[in-house]
Formats: sequence, C-alpha cells, structure tokens
Amino acid sequence: MLQDALGYVQDPIVLEGLAQVGAATVLAVLVVLLSWRRGLGLESELSGAFARGFVQIVAVGLVIGGLLAVPVVWSTLILLGMVGGATWISRQRGEGLPGVTQVSFLSITVGAGLVVVTMTAAGAIEATVRSLVPVGSLVIANAMKINSLALDRLKDELRDKRNEIEVGLALGGPPRAVLARPLRTSVRASLIPVVDSLKSLGWVWIPGVMAGMILGGENPVYAALYQFVIMAMIFAAGGLTSLLTSLLMGRRVMTEAEQLRRIGDG
Amino acid sequence: MPDPRLLTTENLTRTVDGETLVADVSIEVRAEEVFVVFGPSGSGKTSLLRLLNRLDEPTSGAVRLGGTDYRTIAPRTLRQRVGWVPQAPTLVGGTVAENVAWGPTLRDEPVDTEQLHELLDRLGLSGFADRDADRLSGGEAQRVAIARTLFNDPDVVLLDEPASSLDAQAAERVESLLADVMDAYALTAVLVTHDADRARRLGRRGVRMEGGRVVRRGKSTDVVDASASS
Repeated sequence: MLQDALGYVQDPIVLEGLAQVGAATVLAVLVVLLSWRRGLGLESELSGAFARGFVQIVAVGLVIGGLLAVPVVWSTLILLGMVGGATWISRQRGEGLPGVTQVSFLSITVGAGLVVVTMTAAGAIEATVRSLVPVGSLVIANAMKINSLALDRLKDELRDKRNEIEVGLALGGPPRAVLARPLRTSVRASLIPVVDSLKSLGWVWIPGVMAGMILGGENPVYAALYQFVIMAMIFAAGGLTSLLTSLLMGRRVMTEAEQLRRIGDG
Repeated sequence: MPDPRLLTTENLTRTVDGETLVADVSIEVRAEEVFVVFGPSGSGKTSLLRLLNRLDEPTSGAVRLGGTDYRTIAPRTLRQRVGWVPQAPTLVGGTVAENVAWGPTLRDEPVDTEQLHELLDRLGLSGFADRDADRLSGGEAQRVAIARTLFNDPDVVLLDEPASSLDAQAAERVESLLADVMDAYALTAVLVTHDADRARRLGRRGVRMEGGRVVRRGKSTDVVDASASS
C-alpha cells in the first residue's frame, strides 16, 4: 500500500503540480507581506494556516493513493470509519441530548449508506475504491453537517419551548403530537443550506465536482448531470439523516411516563 | 358512600441531583374543595404540583387519584383528569379558540364548539374566540390558559400561582372569574400561592410548605396566619 502511494509521488505530473503550488505560494506570500506592511499582525497565523493546509491535503492525497490499491470490500470499512468520525464530530453539537451518539451513528449510517448503496447499484457510483471512497465521503460529510444542524436546532427548540411542550403533555397530548412542532423546525432548519444550494446551483455557484470535471476535460453537460446527481445524493442522504434523527430523538427525549427529559448543558 | 378524598399523596418525595425538592409530603384533597398549598418562593410548591399530574416522577411515595395509584393510569388519561394551569399562560400561536381547543386537537378528537364558547363566556372572554392569542393582555391570556385546561373537563385542576404575574386589577378579575367558574362547575382544585389574602379568599383547607416539607396543615386561614407569625 505504501509502495503504491510512493508510486504516485514519482509520477512526473506531481512535479508539475508542485510548480503550480509554487505559483500559488507566491500569491499567498504577497498576502502575508501586505499583512506585515499594514501592521495587521496576521503573518504568523496566515503562513501557519497555509503551510498546514498544504501538509494536510498532500497527506490525504498520499493516503488515498495508498487506499486505491486495496480490494473494493475495504471501501465499506473505510466509509464506516468515516461515519464513526462524522458521528464523533456531530454528537458534540447535540451534547446534552439523550443517546445522541447512537442516534447520530444510526442516522448517518442509514442516511448516507442507503444513498451510496442505491446509487452504486444504479451505476452512478463505480464499485471501485477510487469512486466509492471520495463520493461516499462527500455524502457522509454532508449527512454529518445536516445531522449537526438538526441536533443543534433541536436542542435549542427543546430548551426554548420546554414550557409549551409541557403544557401540551399536561393537556393529555401524545408526545408525538406535542413534539411535532420542534421536530419539524429542526428538520427544516437543518435542510436550509442544502435546499439553498440546490436553488442556487449553476447560476450562483458551480460546485467543485463539476468544476473539476470540466477542468479535467470532461463533457460539460455530462459534468453538470453528474454534479446534479451528487447534489441529489447529498439532499437525499441529508434529508434521510435529519428525518431519522428527529424521529429517534423524539422518542429518546421522553421518559416512559411521557415526561420531557432534562436537556443537559453540553 | 364514596371516598371523599379525590387526590391523595403518601410520603411523596422528589430528589434531583442530591437536592430534595419535595420531602415526605402527604396531603388529602377532597372533592369540590380548593386545597391551598401556601409557602414562600423555593418552598417546593411548584415541584409538588408537577408531581400531582406526573409531569415529574416522584423519587418515592405515591399519588392516588380516586383511590387508584396513578402509576396504573396511562399518563395521557391521568393528565386529562388532573389538569394544570401553569404560572405563565404559555399560549401557542393562533386564535383564542385554537388555544382553548389545543387538548382535543393534540389528541385528534372532535372539538365541542358550543362548550368552548360557553367556557369563554364564563371566563369573561365572550367574542374572543377568533382573536389572535399573541395580542391578548396578561390577564386575558391567563384566562385563556384556564379555559384551555377546563375544556379538557378535568376531575382536579392544579393552579400554579395563576395570577402572580398580573397587575392587581387583572389579578383580581382572574381570581373572581376563577372563583365563579370553580363554583359553577363544582371543581376540585389545588391552588399553589404565596399570597396570603388569595389563599384565605379561595381556599378552605391547605398546607404550608417550607424547604420542600409540609410544616403546617389545617384551615387555610390558620396556615396563612402561622406564616405571618413566623
């Protein structure tokens, strides 16, 4: 696996890439100099972030280079590892909510997993590590973001609307009906970024996958179609994740005696 | 002859994170009486009230409704039978009628509009049904909250300082309409208050709480006087 990764480093195109990095670095140095000249005091932070970003992205390139050589079944493990990481990050947004880790893991796994499996079966994602890992990670990362937004909003809603929820329960309302409004608000809020992205797709921004494909010489119409497929996958995975999180959380925040649990400060 | 004790608690206790909010409280609320729970802020009155409709879970002890342990009654049924008027009205968006009918709406049950209008009339809210609930005064909102609870036709009503956040005039109006409606519907109520005059006017019997415990019980006048002398 290491030899495969090193093989990519020795490819002549890497030298070409390094030259391009050099040109980009000149521009970055210009910004650092301007910062120094204007006395902004940001030189150390800017140059540190620039160098760090370079090291991180090259390291990821090497890791992916190594991974491309492993059998396709490894994709599942790699993607599950990514779901684990996504769960770990997302749960922090919902800290204080009961069972937030299990709910996040289950929702992201089902939301992103269902989309990746369906689209692989449909042929939109090639059943190779080269395709499954990057596209899968894109779907998982977006499911994570949407899950975080849903948890963050739900936590606020449950705290802010505690009185309203308890009045509803005290009127003999079923928890499902009493929680409908805060759960709906959290799902809606979590999907705003992806809905806005879909609305602005193409005329406000050209997303990375399409831009990359066009730069790589791909047919622009096919690039647009594939980009839309990616957006649809993000939308589907995010929607499923958010809905599942709200459904599972709606049960967890109530006790068996239909009392609203205390939501921690986390 | 049926047991006149409609709602009773036996050694009811609730402890949260090592802090005892309600300690060993035993009370008997008789049918058609207003039972006063009197005491200063932080004495455990509201915590006790929240145990009576099981919005919170007791750590130990029991609550009986009509002689039945309330843990054997489904929570939704229990809360319909033991209604709760919170300190803040907490109305939801929409009209007054929608707020009053919130209980049956949540339960997906039909709404008896005739009864709804009758209740609004009794609480001095004639003609308010279609008004926007967000535009009501504090006193009006509190009366809507009372109507919302009564519309569920409860056996017992828990009143948590229902007029404490209102100005004197609005509080007096709420109190007098409440007294009328309790009388008209022969209601049983548990009234939590820190106001000695209100306790004397509305209740016959009651307890005085301090530090989560009952420190005195008897006629509401005695309970209040004991407080005044301490």
